[in-house]
Amino acid sequence: MSATLLRRTVMVLGLPIALIIIWWFTSANSTDFYQPPLSRILEVFPETWLNDRLLRDVPASLGRLAVGYTLALIVGVAVGVVVGSSRFLRRLLEPVLEFLRAIPPPVLVPVFILVAGIDNAMKVLVIISGCVWPVLLNTVEGVRGADEVLGDTCRSYRIGGVLRLRSFVLRAASPQIITGARQALSIGIILMVISEMKAASQGIGFIIIEFQRGFQIPEMWSGVLVLGLIGVLLSLLFRAVERRVLVWYYGVRAAERGTR
Amino acid sequence: MTQAAPTTPGRAGASSVLLGVVGLAGFAALLEVLPRAGVVPAEYLPPTSTIGRALVAQTERPAFWTAFLDTLQTWLTGLVIAVVAGVVIGVVIGAVPVLREATASTIEFLRPIPSVALIPLAVVLLGTGMEATLVLVVYASFWQVLVQVLYGVADVDPIARETANSYRLGRWERVRYLLWPTTLPYAMTGVRLAASVALILTITGELTIGTPGLGKEIEVAYSSNAIAAMYSLVVVTGLLGVVANVVTRGAERRVLAWHPSVRKEIPA
Amino acid sequence: MLEIRSLRKVYDGHGRQVEALADITFDVAAGQFVCVVGPSGCGKTTLLRCLGGLLRPTSGDIRVGGRPVSGPPSELAIVFQEYGRSLFPWLKVHENVELPLKAKGLPSAERSRLVGQALEAVGLAEARTAWPWQLSGGMQQRVAIARALAYQPRVMLMDEPFAAVDAQTRADLEDLVRSVWRQFGVTLLFVTHDIDEAVYLGERVIVLSSSPTVVVEDLAIDLPAERDQLNTRSDPRFVELRAHVYSRIQQAKRRAPAQATAPRNS
Repeated sequence: MSATLLRRTVMVLGLPIALIIIWWFTSANSTDFYQPPLSRILEVFPETWLNDRLLRDVPASLGRLAVGYTLALIVGVAVGVVVGSSRFLRRLLEPVLEFLRAIPPPVLVPVFILVAGIDNAMKVLVIISGCVWPVLLNTVEGVRGADEVLGDTCRSYRIGGVLRLRSFVLRAASPQIITGARQALSIGIILMVISEMKAASQGIGFIIIEFQRGFQIPEMWSGVLVLGLIGVLLSLLFRAVERRVLVWYYGVRAAERGTR
Repeated sequence: MTQAAPTTPGRAGASSVLLGVVGLAGFAALLEVLPRAGVVPAEYLPPTSTIGRALVAQTERPAFWTAFLDTLQTWLTGLVIAVVAGVVIGVVIGAVPVLREATASTIEFLRPIPSVALIPLAVVLLGTGMEATLVLVVYASFWQVLVQVLYGVADVDPIARETANSYRLGRWERVRYLLWPTTLPYAMTGVRLAASVALILTITGELTIGTPGLGKEIEVAYSSNAIAAMYSLVVVTGLLGVVANVVTRGAERRVLAWHPSVRKEIPA
Repeated sequence: MLEIRSLRKVYDGHGRQVEALADITFDVAAGQFVCVVGPSGCGKTTLLRCLGGLLRPTSGDIRVGGRPVSGPPSELAIVFQEYGRSLFPWLKVHENVELPLKAKGLPSAERSRLVGQALEAVGLAEARTAWPWQLSGGMQQRVAIARALAYQPRVMLMDEPFAAVDAQTRADLEDLVRSVWRQFGVTLLFVTHDIDEAVYLGERVIVLSSSPTVVVEDLAIDLPAERDQLNTRSDPRFVELRAHVYSRIQQAKRRAPAQATAPRNS
């Protein structure tokens, strides 16, 4: 292994591994019922999460998240483009949208339970209700901030309609839309878990709460780890998509930086 | 490459305020009409006037104000802790390149962990009081601040840095004259994002864990079927969020106004 | 090809009215290369935007190819000054050049052919898969010119296209524009603040006054059709013409607007 490669590996893995080791040893002799040793948590991991019921629940939860998130993206971008393209609509709707966005999404969970019961529809609605706002408002900002010289170029070359939407409006707004999508993702995960913790009969959130109520503490901890892993994996997935979609954007920024 | 649409002051400013008010009024009117017309069942969504009356009734209850203050306390305490920790740790990490490299992977791994994952842990370890919710609030908000501060540190003008080198500035002076001014606008953005996240998690904690506060009041109203009261409390949390947004955006703009370094983009 | 009659444009803002163009009248025949020169702030860009259908005039008559202009005419292409911002950063060079052709509805094979031809003409055939932001300023402006060429317009408007480019690149680009003009036979209206450039490039130079703007002079440039940076610029006739334009502009800056004069030789 070359010196730089070794150094990089140490840098990337060093602290995480050190932290895990510290956790392992400080918890090893724990007699606190609520803070089981890491070894125990890892021990129960397979039997807790690799059985039938749970292998069904995790994909179900993620599936609801995917559906809600995707719908929120579609609605948020569509409405955002319409509102962002019209100064009149923007001024008319901005305060209303800012208010709706400021309502902490979990607060709407009771509202949606009222409206939609405790089944899948409710959970998906809750996720949409929270995810749509960052996407919508960021899309409005992105559309509004599109360069006017490009707008003139489109007008003078008579580029209109769907082509203009696809090649200009959406692309120009995409960095901002991606920012909104990222925020929406974290909100979506929060809502997925909350909606399952509060009123559900299945799902990751529900399972973890059940462990907590049943005082199955190591299992509960393992659930926390699973949620953490899900968060990390989704984030990595998002980054990968973002890198592909915004290749040009990073290039422009790098070029600007280079001239400084 | 992107630029904000030119803002037209003066007459245009007044007309946009007017339009905004019209929009709000229209929204309120819509929510008045829909339940009354039976389009939306009134048990699920009371008309605006009913919610308004319930809101007024709330303000006459001492318990409401206690809850309001509880929420404020949890929110602001958590926010302050997160901001201080975020800025200090961010600057320290940023000032020492080795630290930045060594911690990068850990940060990238811990950051996306959803704070709600900590709810069961917080409950069994800390109970259902403010401390438990504080864990959530601080955890989620800290990352917002830290990430922004690290962006700021990375954004230091290379030419400025070389100038500092040629003048042989020490570590402390570098932080003061190089790092801090560049980082400040980013830190303000971090505070704004953190404030909003902190409020969300405060309410979440109150809702799910049962820490005293507006979130808990909402839960109580819901379970006792006081629907209008529940909605009025939702409105209050929304207003809190708006105020937080306006205040932090205003502060951010102030700092950016006198700040010499210009940033290209503020993530919303 | 281009007919402008009594063009007037008044900007209305914050209670004040700014008369950017007072009375502009001139014609451009098909295939001509005309330069428009004037003091800063005299409304050259306003004129171009009105011509290009991006701005509605307050009064007056503009015709392109005999038809009145009510929006961007389909046979007209504009090359903007801010080349960096007029190219789409998320499209590669050849995609940028191709985009207006897609809007025109041309089939894919035809589009490829036109794109290739245009990039060839501006000397950027190798850069077709590059991103615009990877290119220098001069090259980016070439891409913008290629895009205009591929569009196969009958009229090209260029709004101070080389103002933001360094002197040596500008010289190359000037020669490129002239060669492209002769190769493709477009009618070219070139707005600039650079007097030397205007005299070097144009067959005619239209001198504008300062605000409220009118045409001060419509000067025929009787330099040979073959021009090059070294010889033409040291030609005594060039020096004369240049001095004349310069003094006209200085007069225009000092006094109230002079009256529009009919085209004549100096």
